[in-house]
Amino acid sequence: MTLLRLDDLNVHYGDFHALRGISLSIDEGETVAVIGANGAGKSTLLRTIAGLNAATSGEISYRGQPVDRLPAHRRVALGISLTPEGRRLFPSLTVEENLLTGAARSRPGPWSLRAVYDLFPLVEERRNRIAARLSGGEQQAVAIGRSLMSNPALLLLDEVSLGLAPVVVDQVYAALPKVVASGTTVLLVEQDVHRATAVAGRLHCLLAGRTALQGAVDSVRYEQIVAAYFGQAEAA
Amino acid sequence: MRASRTTPFSRVSAVVLGVLVAVLAYAPYAVSRGTQTQLVLLFCYVLMGTMWNLLAGYGGMVSVGQQAYIGIGSYGLVTIADQMGVPAVLAVPLAGVAAGAVAWVTSFLVFRLAGGYFAIGTWVVAEVLRLVFTQVDGLGAGAGVSVGAYGDLGPAYRIAVVYWLALATTVLSVFGVYLLMRSRTGLGLTAVRDDPVAASSLGVGVAGAKRLVYVAAAVGCGMAGALIASNTLRVQPESAFSINYTAVMMFVVVIGGIGAIEGPILGAVLYFLLERELSHFGAWYLVLLGIVVVAFTLVLPKGLWGLVAGPRRQVFPVGLTVMRS
Amino acid sequence: MNLVNAVVQGVLLGGLYALLAAGLSLIFGVMRLVNLAHGAFAVTAAYGSLTLVQHLGWHPLMTLAVVVPVFAAAGFGLQRGVLTRAATRGPLTPLLVTFGLAVIVESLLLTGFSADSRTLPTGQLSVASVRLTGTVSVGVLPLLTFAVGVVAVLGLQWFLFRTPAGRLMRATSDDREAARIVGADDRRVFATATAIALGLVAVAGVFIGMRGTFAPSSGAGVLLFAFETVVIGGLGSLWGTLAGGVLLGVAQLLGAAIDPAAGVLAGHVVFLVVLAVRPEGLFPKAVIA
Repeated sequence: MTLLRLDDLNVHYGDFHALRGISLSIDEGETVAVIGANGAGKSTLLRTIAGLNAATSGEISYRGQPVDRLPAHRRVALGISLTPEGRRLFPSLTVEENLLTGAARSRPGPWSLRAVYDLFPLVEERRNRIAARLSGGEQQAVAIGRSLMSNPALLLLDEVSLGLAPVVVDQVYAALPKVVASGTTVLLVEQDVHRATAVAGRLHCLLAGRTALQGAVDSVRYEQIVAAYFGQAEAA
Repeated sequence: MRASRTTPFSRVSAVVLGVLVAVLAYAPYAVSRGTQTQLVLLFCYVLMGTMWNLLAGYGGMVSVGQQAYIGIGSYGLVTIADQMGVPAVLAVPLAGVAAGAVAWVTSFLVFRLAGGYFAIGTWVVAEVLRLVFTQVDGLGAGAGVSVGAYGDLGPAYRIAVVYWLALATTVLSVFGVYLLMRSRTGLGLTAVRDDPVAASSLGVGVAGAKRLVYVAAAVGCGMAGALIASNTLRVQPESAFSINYTAVMMFVVVIGGIGAIEGPILGAVLYFLLERELSHFGAWYLVLLGIVVVAFTLVLPKGLWGLVAGPRRQVFPVGLTVMRS
Repeated sequence: MNLVNAVVQGVLLGGLYALLAAGLSLIFGVMRLVNLAHGAFAVTAAYGSLTLVQHLGWHPLMTLAVVVPVFAAAGFGLQRGVLTRAATRGPLTPLLVTFGLAVIVESLLLTGFSADSRTLPTGQLSVASVRLTGTVSVGVLPLLTFAVGVVAVLGLQWFLFRTPAGRLMRATSDDREAARIVGADDRRVFATATAIALGLVAVAGVFIGMRGTFAPSSGAGVLLFAFETVVIGGLGSLWGTLAGGVLLGVAQLLGAAIDPAAGVLAGHVVFLVVLAVRPEGLFPKAVIA
């Protein structure tokens, strides 16, 4: 069953045309990776789905209902949760308070403080620490935990690995299968093609705001991905 | 293509302004004393508005305490001219210098507060000065003191002298602000106002430039205070340190246009006319002024001058305009 | 003993200043907005109470039941209608707008109530007192004012740090956009903060009216005392706010005990000394919210 459907989505930042006619459909339980170079529009895509950016035209429908006009906080209540680029924890709040804010519009589901602590044991050790004093990897884990606290049906993960050491990224990604197993659909943005293909069932490659390539991970060749990523002529 | 500071508009405006100043300078021979006294008030509004614009529009500092320097200027005139015997013509600029000196000292206190708290901090300073002057018996304490500096001049001549003094002070101050904003310091401030992060990465020295602006604005307000005292011949702490002066400055800048030298001039003329026509409505007139400030700030943040101005339509071109030759 | 009495009274006055400062501090802490109309609003609340007292014969304390909700609702509307627009236009705009509001409010009070000083009649409450020692006795009203101030500060502290809504308010203050993606309606959170702040202002205004006199022009002084309390105590520290209020109150009343005309000035001087010596305030804390 289709969970999210984007139809000919266009987004502008002032005069800048950030997303050009993106169409995408995600089924429940899928894990889809959005890849592309810097500035391709990946984060804009997730932010628009979450309701932080307004689309200039096109339609976003979730469980068959249009959500374009809903503000971000209403989309959270419907089960769309964004783990934003740069983590964006609340720096003056403790780790546990950060997680609890995630439950502000919580739906019924498997995720709770206990479940998040079981997923990331390190986070539990830091529960009373001020978020500003965490390392990058710890912050990323808390940010994902905060998203999970709302029991999302659709988790939007933006650049989980940005600025983190590879070994830390491994730890964060190790949690992903458990999230997927809980029934959560995941749309993630990743610059690292290898990581993206390792966790996702399907790829959606953006190039300068356009869809350059999409398909199941095992149906596209690596050369095709590279071409789409960098915009070489044979991308088609 | 060439880059030019002046545009056809600014060159024509310069000529018009020159003629206007010449006509105004001739006015004491042509208009009544009452009109001259009124015009002195108008010049003071231009001067005060220009100073507040320098602070808020260019320096990014909202001061609600500029009445501190109006008061220092007023009392400065009394002290310097009446009590020390300096001629009034010199006492007015010296009163401005005194206000500047006080501002330099207080800047080290109020600059520790940011943004909105800076605004209230300047207000506290003004209140402290008001309360202190209320206690100074040598300056009439709470009852105030009369200005005797012009005593040996006849009334007609006194009014004309004050008029010319006010005109000269205002014209020179506006021109001074124009030169300041054209200078490296001024352009740096504009850069800081428009984009603090980029400007600091370009190495614009913010703190020093802000202090300079704060002191310069106090000098201007001090001279305005000295001129107001020369006009009314009475200085009293409640009125000399009244918040109303700052309210006037704010109004003048907001309706005229913040961040443009032309703005407060236009705003001062409008305020002057409004006050003449409507001030007999008393408190309702003040309600109207308040509503206008709120409405302009929200709806027309660039003021009335913002409707007129463009890169080629500046009376006081601060930056360079690329011209097709 | 006169000085001991001044200190005791000053401490009690400090509770009122803390109450005033809490509202100013909350709006600043949550929205980074300095409300220059804060004092004018407090005075308006006193006039609102006076109107009810005169027309319905209520005790001023009873009028709180009407004045406080009305002010909270007005605060909610003010934030949604005006301040939200002002806050998005850079740091100058809210100052100009709130200063304009202060002028409007003060002038309207002038047209409605004249420039005369008023006071709220409190009946028995104004003369009732408790004897502490042989020479020092405190009025029940100042004691009540102090208690209300302390309860308000404690209550605000509890709300911000112990309730989900308070946590979300602190979160929104930290990062507005991030708050939206955890499901906070940021505009509603801001409006709620302003509503609470104006409710506190209303309480403070009624107590100002009961303890002394007020006139339409009293707003400026009220704003300055609230602000000095915040800075002396340390920006964003609620406990500091209480201490700042007490210090300011003691300074003012000690000053007045020495020279009746010097009370307010003494308070200003303490503020300036703190600013010169310890600009971060006496009890600095990173954030309230």
